[in-house]
Parts: sequence; structure tokens; C-alpha cells
Amino acid sequence: MDLKGKKIRLHDNALRDGMHSVGHQFTLDDMVRMATALDDSGMSLIEVTHGDGLGGSSVNYGFGLHTNKEYLDAVIPKMKNAKISALLLPGLGTVEDLIMAADCGISTIRVATHCTEADVSEQHIKKGRELGLDTVGFLMMAHMTQPEALLEQAQKMVDYGANCIYATDSAGYLLPDDVTSRIGILHDAFGDDIEIGFHGHHNMAMGIANSLAAVEAGASRIDGSVAGFGAGAGNTPLEVFVAVCDRMGIDTGVDVDKIMDVAEDIALPLMPTPTRIDRDALTLGYAGVYSSFLLHAKRAEKNHGVPAKDILMELGRMGAVGGQEDMIEDVALNIKKKLA
Amino acid sequence: MAINCAMIGSGNIGTDLMAKLKRSANLNPVWMVGIDENSDGLLKAREAGLKTTHEGVDGLLKHIEEDNIQIAFDATSAYVHGENNRKLQEKGVLVIDLTPAAIGPFCVPPVNLKDHVGEQEMNVNMVTCGGQATIPMVAAVSQVQAVEYGEIIATISSKSAGPGTRKNIDEFTFTTSGAVEKVGGAKKGKAIIILNPAEPPLMMRDTVHCLTETEPDQEAITASVHAMIKEVQKYVPGYTLKNGPIFDGNRVSIFLEVEGLGDYLPKYAGNLDIMTAAATRTAEMFADEIEAGRLTLTKLSA
Repeated sequence: MDLKGKKIRLHDNALRDGMHSVGHQFTLDDMVRMATALDDSGMSLIEVTHGDGLGGSSVNYGFGLHTNKEYLDAVIPKMKNAKISALLLPGLGTVEDLIMAADCGISTIRVATHCTEADVSEQHIKKGRELGLDTVGFLMMAHMTQPEALLEQAQKMVDYGANCIYATDSAGYLLPDDVTSRIGILHDAFGDDIEIGFHGHHNMAMGIANSLAAVEAGASRIDGSVAGFGAGAGNTPLEVFVAVCDRMGIDTGVDVDKIMDVAEDIALPLMPTPTRIDRDALTLGYAGVYSSFLLHAKRAEKNHGVPAKDILMELGRMGAVGGQEDMIEDVALNIKKKLA
Repeated sequence: MAINCAMIGSGNIGTDLMAKLKRSANLNPVWMVGIDENSDGLLKAREAGLKTTHEGVDGLLKHIEEDNIQIAFDATSAYVHGENNRKLQEKGVLVIDLTPAAIGPFCVPPVNLKDHVGEQEMNVNMVTCGGQATIPMVAAVSQVQAVEYGEIIATISSKSAGPGTRKNIDEFTFTTSGAVEKVGGAKKGKAIIILNPAEPPLMMRDTVHCLTETEPDQEAITASVHAMIKEVQKYVPGYTLKNGPIFDGNRVSIFLEVEGLGDYLPKYAGNLDIMTAAATRTAEMFADEIEAGRLTLTKLSA
């Protein structure tokens, strides 16, 4: 694979996807320390919100320690070069939330829908564009649809006004060829007009390989998180990816030495348990289940005595999509009834 | 004698509603209004012997007096409801609003339908499908003790979510969370909607989480929830409690499934049924009032 000379933009998700790993309990100081260190390392985009984005704070997903406004207001003024993004899932977050985040000074709004439901994003993408934000259409659980169908959905988001489209491997299920076909079809269709991005999860340890496949197929934005701080077995660990890119001659603009230190000295100590591919996280990738279900399933195991692995396999069989965290306890109770 | 009705909007909801009205003892569906001559809804309406127009609400207005239309159901979208409502009320037509526009007071039949009797209201709003499915449960808890926070998650099959719902998904969120407070009785409400494209399509699922102010009275809440389930089942037989209520500290969680009657869309689309059945029940009550002479429809000037 020869990617020498390619220039890509990295987007760190530790302060958003990593919120899942800490039950949305980062302190303002945690956020500011990590964001300033990432800024200093040369990271150009950093996402900051509740794990489920704007409006995410809830019983279903967990209440944040602070509001999204408090987090954004704490982090944004401290940035020297890095830009801050926010995530919004229509059906959960609203245009009002988007306006709040824009007022806080985000540069980028990422409007996320299930990979077949792009038409719920119209209000939010249009508003993002109207506000002059870098507006990203974020197609989640991209393994659940075929490349041609993914392109149709992406086209809708582009028509609403998105200037960048992501294929998002929320379950960490995709293998490199699956990434190549999805990113490839998007890049071929949109050419240089629309940026293409890839968001990986490391549940099958494919984060780095998939991100490289994405770059080769034409992606110019790659998500990950420092120390892999994110849902499931985490996102593509960015310090590793930066090092790999450095060796391959891909220009990320991030300093290898500095981001290694952020991973080791700031991110790792904040993790309740180090991110690793345990059997439950592997089950996510293997069965194609939304990564943020992991800790909810572990909690259901504890409360109802049903193995998290069994709950996750059943959710995969049901075709559960992102956001259906409420079904985790329901499935646990159903399995418990069957066993009784 | 049945009261003559018109349906505005020939999408999923309007077409499903027609089937419900056809079975009603005191409501008589006469007109179906659409904007696309070839829409499936208008086709079905013509087959069922209804009069149809594809010229929107204006195509109906000139026929209101001659066909003595007294109740209209608006199943268009929140954005056009205001104008539809104004035009219909000028003609003295009572409007049952199935969009999330919420111009009139919210109506969730087992909770507050009786409160609307005698109020001489000319527009009532049916909240949203998710609201109809979950607010009875929030109310069942809040009738026992104070609910600090009520949150509902409605998951519907992608096939049952029409273009209007998708284009205006924020209105679902705002209207439902508002009604969780105003009708459900929660001090603060939150609503979440999820579309799931699984094949075969999944049944509508709804989860209700209430945070009570003080430790929940498990026995009283459980009894109240079961009683409310029976009330909803009177007009939506496929409304079932799948799990719960379960209690975890001050959290009360209730897991529901809504199976439809399969009138227009198949049985998985319980979200259509719960809206159309609630609207029908509401209109039937108003029709009773009109017939008994207790409700006189008045023409409202703009």
C-alpha cells in the first residue's frame, strides 16, 4: 500500500466517544486538559459532547456530569489551533441544541443517522449549513447496508447541504475490503467536491487497517481517539495511527511524540478500566452491535444475572440500531424469563 | 345519525384513519383530501366510496356546507396545519389535529379526554404516536406520586415512518416532550424517537422511564400501570406491557409493545393505529356531544 504524500485530517473523538467509557462523567478539567494537550499535539479537530451528542443526557443513555453547553464553553476558548465539533442525532438532539452549540463556537456539526435513515437529518444539516458550519453527514452502522444504498443515503445528505460524508463503523464490524467498497463508492461519486471520512471502532482490532483502507480509497478525514478512548473496544487509537502514518509518509499534521504522551499521561489515567477487546467488546464487532451498548449490557448482566455476551448477541439478531439502549434491559429481562 | 367527517392528508395516517372511521358507529367519513391525485391514499378512498380531492384543503372547503362536514382530521404536517385549521374553523368545522403542530390542547384519551368535554374546544391535538403510546404510562405513575422527570423512547419501523415525520422530526421531539409534562404530569419531559429498518419490520416499541421525587411505591405504581394498560387496550387491543414496571432506586421503567390492527399498513405499524384509534375515540366523544346538543360548533373568524 503506497500512501506516501497523502494529506489527511484527523478528528479526535476521545472527549465524545470516550464519554461512553466514563458514563458521561468527564469533569470540565478533564476535558480542558485533554483538549489543550491534543491541540498542542497538532490535532486539528476535536469532538466535545455527551457520548450521544447534543441532547444526549438522559436516563436511557446516562446523564452527563455537565451540560453540553458547559463542556463546550469550557473547552472552546482554550483552543489555539484546534477546532471543536459536536455530534447531533436527529430524534434525540434538535435544531435548538444545534443553535446553542453554534453560539458556543463549534466549527463543525456532525449530524448522525442510521445508515438507511438519512432523511431525518434534513432540518439539522440545512441549519448547520445556514449557520456557516462545517457540516458533516455521519452515516452510522454502515455495515448494515450495501455500498450502493449507502451512496443513495449520502446523496440525500449532500443535497441537504453536507460538505463531508462519513461512513461510520459504529459496531467495529467492517473488514478492510468492506471499508474500501464503501469509501470508494462515495469518493468516486462525489470526487473532490465532498470530503469523505471514516470512523472506526476497534472491536475486531481493525481500527488501523480499516482507516488505512479508507485513506487508500479516498477518505481525507479519519476519526479515532487518543488511547482508543471510546465505546466498545474504543475507536482507532490515534497515537498508533499517527505513528503508522508517519512511517508510511502520510501527512497528518500531528506530532507522534506529543500524542503518545497525551495517550499515556492524560487519557489512560482517566479510564475506569483500560480499553481492551474483552469478550463482550469482541461480541460487538463479531455480531455487528452498536459499540455504546457495551457498558449498558455489562450493567444489565450485573443487575439481572444474564451474560452481557448473550444480551449483545440477541440485540445483533434483532437488528437493533444505535440509540436503542432501552432494549438492553428489555432483552436481559426476556432472557431471564426464559431461563427461569 | 352519524357525524360527517373529512380527512385532510392522504398519507399513512390519513389512510389508516379512514379504516377506523368506517367502523365507527357515530362517525361517517365522507371526504379524503390529498395533494397527489395518484397517491395510494386517495386511490383507497375512492375505492371505499369516499369523495376525494387532490387540491388540498381548498378543494374541500366549497363542499363543507353541502356535505355537512362537522369534524375534520388533519394528518398533513405541522407546517401546514395552521393554515388548514384557520380555513376549517372559518367554516365552523371542529378539527382533530394529528400533526405535531399542537395549536389546540393535547388530548391523550385515557388520561384527559373527559377534561375536554364541555370546554367548547374547536381544535384538539393528538400529540404524536410516541406520545399516545407512552403518556398514559407517565400519567399512571404520576397519579400515584410526583414524577420529577419523565422520558420516553419510541422505536418505530422505518417502513411506518412517512416523509412528513422524517422531514419534521424535531417537531416530534418538542411536541412529545411537552405533552409528557402537560398531560403525563412529569415536571420535566424528554422524548426520543428511533427508526429501525429491520426486515421483517419490528413492532412499535416504547420505553418509559420515570424518576419519582420520593422512593416509588412499587405496589401502587404496578397496579396503576396495569389498570392504565387496560384503558388503552379498549381502543388499541395490541397495546401490551412487555416488561416492568421495574424499579431501580427512584427510577421506574416500563417496556411496551404496540401491535396495530393491520388496517392500512401491516400489524407492525402500531404507531399508526395508536394515533388513528386515539383520534377516532376523541372524535366519537365530540360527536356524542354534538348529537346530544351539548356542543355547538361555531364559525371562528380569522
